[in-house]
Amino acid sequence: MVGIRVTVDGTRYEDDVEPRMLLVHYLRERLGKVGTVVGCDTSNCGACTVHLDGHSVKSCSVLAVQADGREVTTIEGLARDGKLHPMQQAFHDSHALQCGFCTPGMIMQAIDLLADNHDPDEQAVRHGLEGNLCRCTGYQNIVRAVLDAAKKMSPGAGPELERTEQRETAPVAGGGGE
Amino acid sequence: MTATVERPGREIGKARRRKEDARLITGRTRWTDNLQLPGMLHMAILRSAAAHARITHIDASAARRVPGVHAVFTGADLAGEQGSLPCAWPVTPDMKAPQHPSLAVDTVRFAGDAVAVVVARSAYLAADALEAIDVDYEDLPVVLDMEAALAGGSPLVHPDLGTNRNALWVFDSGEAGTGGDVEQALSDSEVVVKRRFRQQRLIPAFMEPRSVLVDPTGEQLTIWSATQIPHVLRVMLALTLGIPEHKLRVIAPDVGGGFGGKLQLTPEEVLTLLVARRLGKPVKYTESRSDSMVSAHHGRDQIQDLTISASKDGTITGLKVELMADMGAYLGLVTPGVPILGAFMFNAIYKIPAYRFACTNVFTNKTWTDAYRGAGRPEATFGIERMMDELAAELGMDPMQLRRKNWITHEEFPFTTVCGLTYDSGNYEAATARAMELFGYDALREEQRQRRERNDPVQLGIGISTFTEMCGLAPSRVLGSLSYGAGGWEHGAVRMLPTGKVEVVTGSSAHGQGHETAFSQIIADRLGVPFEDIEVLHGDTLVSQKGMDTYGSRSLAVGGMAALKAADKVIEKARPIAAHMLECGEDDLEWADGKFTVRGTSNAKSIAEVALAVFAAHDLPDGVEPNLDSEATYDPENFSFPHGTHLCAAEVDTETGAVRLRSYVAVDDVGVVVNPLIVEGQVHGGLAQGIAQALFEEAVHDETGTLVTGTLADYLVPSAADLPSFTLDRTESPATTNPLGVKGVGEAGTIASTPAVVNAVVDAVRHLGVRDVEMPCSPRRVWQAINQGGTQ
Repeated sequence: MVGIRVTVDGTRYEDDVEPRMLLVHYLRERLGKVGTVVGCDTSNCGACTVHLDGHSVKSCSVLAVQADGREVTTIEGLARDGKLHPMQQAFHDSHALQCGFCTPGMIMQAIDLLADNHDPDEQAVRHGLEGNLCRCTGYQNIVRAVLDAAKKMSPGAGPELERTEQRETAPVAGGGGE
Repeated sequence: MTATVERPGREIGKARRRKEDARLITGRTRWTDNLQLPGMLHMAILRSAAAHARITHIDASAARRVPGVHAVFTGADLAGEQGSLPCAWPVTPDMKAPQHPSLAVDTVRFAGDAVAVVVARSAYLAADALEAIDVDYEDLPVVLDMEAALAGGSPLVHPDLGTNRNALWVFDSGEAGTGGDVEQALSDSEVVVKRRFRQQRLIPAFMEPRSVLVDPTGEQLTIWSATQIPHVLRVMLALTLGIPEHKLRVIAPDVGGGFGGKLQLTPEEVLTLLVARRLGKPVKYTESRSDSMVSAHHGRDQIQDLTISASKDGTITGLKVELMADMGAYLGLVTPGVPILGAFMFNAIYKIPAYRFACTNVFTNKTWTDAYRGAGRPEATFGIERMMDELAAELGMDPMQLRRKNWITHEEFPFTTVCGLTYDSGNYEAATARAMELFGYDALREEQRQRRERNDPVQLGIGISTFTEMCGLAPSRVLGSLSYGAGGWEHGAVRMLPTGKVEVVTGSSAHGQGHETAFSQIIADRLGVPFEDIEVLHGDTLVSQKGMDTYGSRSLAVGGMAALKAADKVIEKARPIAAHMLECGEDDLEWADGKFTVRGTSNAKSIAEVALAVFAAHDLPDGVEPNLDSEATYDPENFSFPHGTHLCAAEVDTETGAVRLRSYVAVDDVGVVVNPLIVEGQVHGGLAQGIAQALFEEAVHDETGTLVTGTLADYLVPSAADLPSFTLDRTESPATTNPLGVKGVGEAGTIASTPAVVNAVVDAVRHLGVRDVEMPCSPRRVWQAINQGGTQ
C-alpha cells in the first residue's frame, strides 16, 4: 500500500492504495465518485476522462498513485453553486446525449479542448473529441454543443476555473508525485 | 385501421429538452456497476480461448486458496441448477435447438464460452484468482464457414443434433397466395440480375458494459441488470431456473445503450444469480470491454444470394432471396428469428409480383448472434437497395428512376405487399422529392460525369436508399403466427397523486431513448397537466409490474399508446366525480385543457381538483371507488411503417481506396413527431451505426476461431472525426393504425444508411468495372476492387 494525498472536486483526501490501483477505480470505489465510468480496457473510449491539474486524462490509464499531490476534477465537480458548467448546459440544450454513458468523459474532454482552442471550427471539435466514443448520438449534436459552449465560455476558462487552492486558505500539501 | 389522427396539442411536436439529462450531465447516475451493497462480493469469469474443445480437467484449487476468494465454481458444480438458456423463437416445428449452458460443462463451443467463475471480496482479487485456475482442453475441429458447415462430412458444433443446420424457413408468395411463382417469373423475364452480398458480423458495442448485481437477502431475489428487458428477464429467469416468478424482482436502473445487444437473458445474469444464491451474499459482475466483445451476442452475419428479374422498361417481375444466417454456437432469445424478420422487408417499398424467401440458419463455433439495431431489416434493406442499383446499372437506367417506376404510389395506400403485410400510409414521392432537392441530385450527377470525363483520381458516387421498415413490434397475433413465444403488447399506468401531480408507469424500459421526456409530453397533452408535473417510471418490476420492454422501435408506437389509453381511463373515472362536484349530469360536461366544464358555463373542475377530492373521498357519488389510477394494455393491430429517402455522396480516392462522405441527406417519414429533438438524435445515431457497418466495423475471426477484433482498439466504432454532419428533414404521413399517428424512429437511420453508403461507393467506381465492394468498404477493399476490376 502507498499513501496518497489528492484533491478531488475540491475535497482533500489521504488514502492508502495498492500501487496498481487505477485512478478511475480509486475515484469510483474508494471515493464513491461513480459519475466517472469505465467503458473499455484499451483507453479507446474516453468514458473515464477526468481532469488532472486542469487537463484531461483518461483515468483508466493513470494510476491512483500518479495523482498524488495533484488535483482531480470529475464530472461531479463541474457545477458550481448549483449552476451547471456552460459545457453541461450546452450538452443539455443541444441534446448532445442519449444514454449518457459517454457524457461525463465527453464533457470533460470538450472542456479541455476549448482550453486549448477557444474558437474551434467543426473539424477541430471533431478531431479534438476523437478519443471519446459515443454510440448513440452520431456526434452531430455533441459537436453542436461544443461549438455552442465555445461561444458562451470565456477564453482560458478551462484549467483556471477548476483551481481550488485559490479559494482555500491552506494550500494542498505536495505528496510524492512531483 | 379506423383510428383518427389527433393533431399535435401543446406538448406534442415541441422540441422539449430532455428530463433525463439533469442526472446524466452531472454524474448523478445509477448505472448497475455504481451500486454497492453491504457484504457485496465480486464475480469474474474465466473464458475459453479455444473455439471448440473438450474440457478434460479443471484444477481450481490454487484459485480457491487465494486470500479473499470466497468460491470458485465450474460447470460441473452448477450443472444441476443452471438449466439451459432459452430460445423464445422456434421458427419452424423441426428447428434444432441445442442445450445452452451458462457455464460450459464438458465442451466449449466458441472462444469466449464461460468455463469457471471466481467470487472474491474485490474485483481485482477475483481477476487475479482467474489466473490461478488451470484448465486442460482437448481441441476439437472448428466450424467457422457457413457453407463448409452445411457440407457433408463437416465437423459438428453440436454432434447430438446431427447437423449444423438450425432451421430452414421459407416464404413463397405462390404458395401463400399473396403473389406469383418466382421461378416462373424469373424464367419469363427479359432481364435477370444475380448477386451475392455478405452482411459481415457486427458487435453492438453499447457504451456501458453489461453489469449485473444480485441480492439474495430478503424474500425476493433482487436482480439489477444493465438490460433492455427487465420484464422479459424476470419471466425467463423464472422459467430457466425454476425460481417462482413472484420471488424475483428485476431492476434495470440507468442503462447505457443497448441496440439489441442487451435484449437477452445472458449467462452472466444466470451465473451471478446462482452464485449469489449459493453464497447468500450480494454478488456483482461487471464485464470488461474485452469480455463484452467476445461474449455479448453479435449481430448480422449473413450471406445473401439474390436474384431479381424485370422487363426491359424496368418493371420488376420477381425477387428470389436465399440466405444463410450464422447463429454462432448457440441460440439466444430470438437468434433464429432475426433473419426471418427480414423476410417481410426484402420487397421494401416496391410492387413485386412474385417473391420467394428461404433462409438457412447455421451453427458455427463463434459467439452467438441475436438482435442488433434493426434485426433482420437492415440486412433485407441492404439486399434490396443494392439490387435496385445493380438492376438499374444492368438496364442503363438512373437508379432513382427505376425506384420510381416500381414503388407504391401514395394514392395506393393502404397497400398489401407480396408477403402479406398491409402498409397503412406513406408518401415515397414526397420524401424523395425533398431529399433530392436538399441533396442537389442533378448537380452532383453532373459533377460525377465531369470527374469521370477528366479521369479525376477522386471519383464521386451517389448512393440511394429509399427504404421502409416494419416497426412498433408487434401485433401479438402476427407474432403467434410466426411461432414467437410471447406477445407484442405493452402495458402502461397513470397514477393521479392527491396534489395533482402524475406518475406515468410504462413497461417499455428506456436505455437512452428519452421515454421520460416523450411520455411526459403525450400525457401532458392528454390530461392537460404541465409537462413538469409528470414523472415517468420504468425499469423496475416492483413499480412497473408488466411489460414487454424496449426494442423494435416500439416504445412510443406501442408503449406510448398503452400510457395514453390509461390516461383516457383516468379521465373517464374522473368524469362522474366531476359531475357530482359540479352538480350536473355527466353529459353536461365538456373535457378540454385538463378540466371538466359545464357546457355553456365557466363552472369547471380540473383533473387536479378531482384528484384531491378523490383523495379526501368525503363526498363522492354513491358506489364510486375513490381512485382515479388506471392501467391499460395495448396490443397494436398492425406494425407501423416508417420510410424515407436517404442520399449519400461519397468521394472515392481511386489511388488509395479511401472513402470520404461528402454529404448525407436523410428525409424520414416517421409519422407524427412527438419531440423533434429526440427524433433527430435517433436518426443521427442510427446513421452513424449504419455508416459504421458500411465503412468501418467487422467482427473478424482467425482460422482458429479467435475473435481478433476483440477490443475497441481493433473493432472500429467510429469517432467524431470519422463521420460527417448529416442534413435531415422530414415528411409526415401519420400512421393510421394508432391514435397519435406515430411510427417509431429507433432503427430507421441504421436500416437506411448502410446501402446508401455502399451504393455511393460502388457508384463512384462502377465505370472502372466494379460492381460490388464487400463491407466494410475499407480503403484496402476499395483499392483492390478498383485494381482487380471486380468484386472484392
